[in-house]
Amino acid sequence: MAAGVAAWLPFARAAAIGWMPVANCPMPIAPRDQSKRQDELIVLNVSGRRFQTWRTTLERYPDTLLGSSEKEFFYNEETKEYFFDRDPDAFRSVLNFYRTGKLHYPRHECISAYDEELAFFGIIPEIIGDCCYEEYKDRKRENAERLMDDQEENKDSKLPHMNFRETMWRAFENPHTSTMALVFYYVTGFFIAISVITNVVETVPCGSTPNQKDVPCGERYTVAFFCMDTACVMIFTVEYLMRLFAAPSRYRFMRSVMSIIDVVAILPYYIGLIMTNNEDVSGAFVTLRVFRVFRIFKFSRHSQGLRILGYTLKSCASELGFLLFSLTMAIIIFATVMFYAEKGSTSSKFTSIPASFWYTIVTMTTLGYGDMVPKTIAGKIFGSICSLSGVLVIALPVPVIVSNFSRIYHQNQRADKRRAQKVQKARLARIRAAKSGSSTAFLHSKRNGLFTGLPQLQGSEEGDQQLNKTASLLESQHHHLLHCLEKTTAHEFVDEQLYEQNCLEGTLQSCPSRSPSLSSQEGPTSTCCCRRSRKNPHLPSAGVPPTCQRSLQELSAIHIQCGDQPPLSTSRSSLNMKLDEGSRLNCKTGLITTAIISVPTPPAISPEGDGQSLTSTNVQTPASSNVVKVSAL
Amino acid sequence: DPPAVPVISLSTSNPKSGHYTQNSVEDDFELSTVCYRPEGLDKLLEQTKFTKKELQILYRGFKNECPSGIVNEEAFKLIYSQFFPQGDSSTYAHFLFEAFDTNKNGSVSFEDFVMGLSIILRGSINDRLNWAFNLYDLNKDGCITKEEMLDIMKSIYDMMGKWTYPCMQDNAPKEHVENFFQKMDRNNDGVVTIDEFIESCQKDENIMQSMQLFDNVI
Repeated sequence: MAAGVAAWLPFARAAAIGWMPVANCPMPIAPRDQSKRQDELIVLNVSGRRFQTWRTTLERYPDTLLGSSEKEFFYNEETKEYFFDRDPDAFRSVLNFYRTGKLHYPRHECISAYDEELAFFGIIPEIIGDCCYEEYKDRKRENAERLMDDQEENKDSKLPHMNFRETMWRAFENPHTSTMALVFYYVTGFFIAISVITNVVETVPCGSTPNQKDVPCGERYTVAFFCMDTACVMIFTVEYLMRLFAAPSRYRFMRSVMSIIDVVAILPYYIGLIMTNNEDVSGAFVTLRVFRVFRIFKFSRHSQGLRILGYTLKSCASELGFLLFSLTMAIIIFATVMFYAEKGSTSSKFTSIPASFWYTIVTMTTLGYGDMVPKTIAGKIFGSICSLSGVLVIALPVPVIVSNFSRIYHQNQRADKRRAQKVQKARLARIRAAKSGSSTAFLHSKRNGLFTGLPQLQGSEEGDQQLNKTASLLESQHHHLLHCLEKTTAHEFVDEQLYEQNCLEGTLQSCPSRSPSLSSQEGPTSTCCCRRSRKNPHLPSAGVPPTCQRSLQELSAIHIQCGDQPPLSTSRSSLNMKLDEGSRLNCKTGLITTAIISVPTPPAISPEGDGQSLTSTNVQTPASSNVVKVSAL
Repeated sequence: DPPAVPVISLSTSNPKSGHYTQNSVEDDFELSTVCYRPEGLDKLLEQTKFTKKELQILYRGFKNECPSGIVNEEAFKLIYSQFFPQGDSSTYAHFLFEAFDTNKNGSVSFEDFVMGLSIILRGSINDRLNWAFNLYDLNKDGCITKEEMLDIMKSIYDMMGKWTYPCMQDNAPKEHVENFFQKMDRNNDGVVTIDEFIESCQKDENIMQSMQLFDNVI
């Protein structure tokens, strides 16, 4: 139940009047407000700044420090106020959370200081309102990254013992780790440069033999260039093989872009070696040499910027595609128009529409080579329209793409969106689980018999008091309301997998009989203690499959063990002591609800007044169930 | 005079905007800028059976959730649904809204709210039964037909949700309605009038006892 509407609980309970006349069975007794305290102002002194609020305001969220009895630890008897030695500025938002039900993150606040304050006061940050949640998450992510970067730098200096392969891989990935890696880095870079320059210089005409015109250097100094090429390719091959050896996942490495570039860079050489014998395909072999230029892409290992550029191009693919598409449309349109306009003129260069493509492209990109010009008047008119529109068509999408680039570039610098989405899902799941915690809390408390109905312990004052101590009044009233609804409709609330179980099985009588002595002999409230005695594993109905437990745990994103194991089953048995309710399906639900975020209460009711032998010693041990206290909505 | 009386009484106790249309942006804007102030604390003290402290607590809770001073049906449904996480309580909340909104202006003000509560929580058994009858009588014509009762019953069963034990059958509400009419409809004319209703309820021990549950709600 969202405690923000706790004030409306009396209304909801009053609205139950509509159920009364149609109910066929008697209603359970309502929990009474024993304390009958008037609502009072309490003073919270936070490092000297005094805040005042109503007690009921704080009690809206009983799972937090201020809403529970934990604040009594901070009570100052002399000044009759609660003193907290914390930051008053951060406390403002904490207190506003109680008042308005919404938690806000103040932007000027440091993220880790704020987190600490929230943790101190027992509030989960996931319930920060949507207005502030983005900012909070961004700041948190930056902080985490900064921490990670620091950690990585530290980590690099102190390394656990790694085997040779891992060392090599690390050396390849990060050249600054060791001197050898740096040397390797520079050597490969040098050879890439040499290779590229060689390819370029090969084609330069250098010198001329007396009887021939200029020949390219490649043909003049064939051997020298061949040796150079061989050396480079050998280095690259060795590098590739070393990387392949060191890669943690060879298959993935072979699929990566960089390794494909490596392969493409060295393959032509080997193909050339193999195929020099065969003169027919030497023509094809020559074109293969073109692929040697791909060696220049190997530089992207040496340059972070290149890699990011490649990545941004890849992620901008859709925008680029759109630009290309619209350009293509315009080119086709104008080429067609120009072709038909120039059809009439003699010796026109516009021999076909595809031939006009060249003209259109050159004109639209404002290059204007002049190798094809229109001669007719119509052609010239359309030609000018073409060049004018070319400016527009090209100029408009380019800024969009540029801004996309910069946006993606910046995004790429931080963690990617995918991680954020996962966190968002986890956050929603956590909030949902906290919200559903109210219904599971009801089911949980049903099993623990928080509403005892007809207390057969007459006049056990302490019994009543302890009853109220163990349940927050608000919750018990809410549960009473839900119980009344159950009575009215003669159906019971169950949780999901139990429902599915029942529907599947259809046989409801299979629950193992608990020791009937428990339910019949003692008063209803005493048997609940059996669940307390976790030391009694011999309790009968432990036959419930643990799958229920597991799947319920998956309901809540946080797996918090409340620590109540099989003996739980016996508790429910007689706690709903209305035997007229028929067979207890509850026996099946024994193992469930051990993991709930909103930890309701220590569920036991003290039968001390009863003095039964079955009562476990210490009923008031909240430790077993309240392993973690987090604030539920 | 006690300090910090949260209610300021104005001579014009009507909301500034005249009527409320459904689902229009201007309407939302109007509602959010209108601040409706209820009548004075003293007047409410006269009209209801609550003490001053109780009225103060009620108003604080009311105003906290609805700062504009009035509840419209959507907010009403939302608030009520917080208490029934497993089922769908919107239909029942709708009927409740109709019952609280005595002047049929599409919104529940604090006076409506507190007067309704006063009857339920502080009224006599007969008053309460009357109020319940009014809730059931959807068209307010003085008698409950089977269809009306079926609607109410379905809305109550809807609040249970899907996951119940035993599995919810489709004709459960209908059966329950038959049961109800058998009990209440004395002269078997197919409708339950207010007299039949009160008479039958007074004869039923369970109902009488459950009516007393409301004494201690506040």
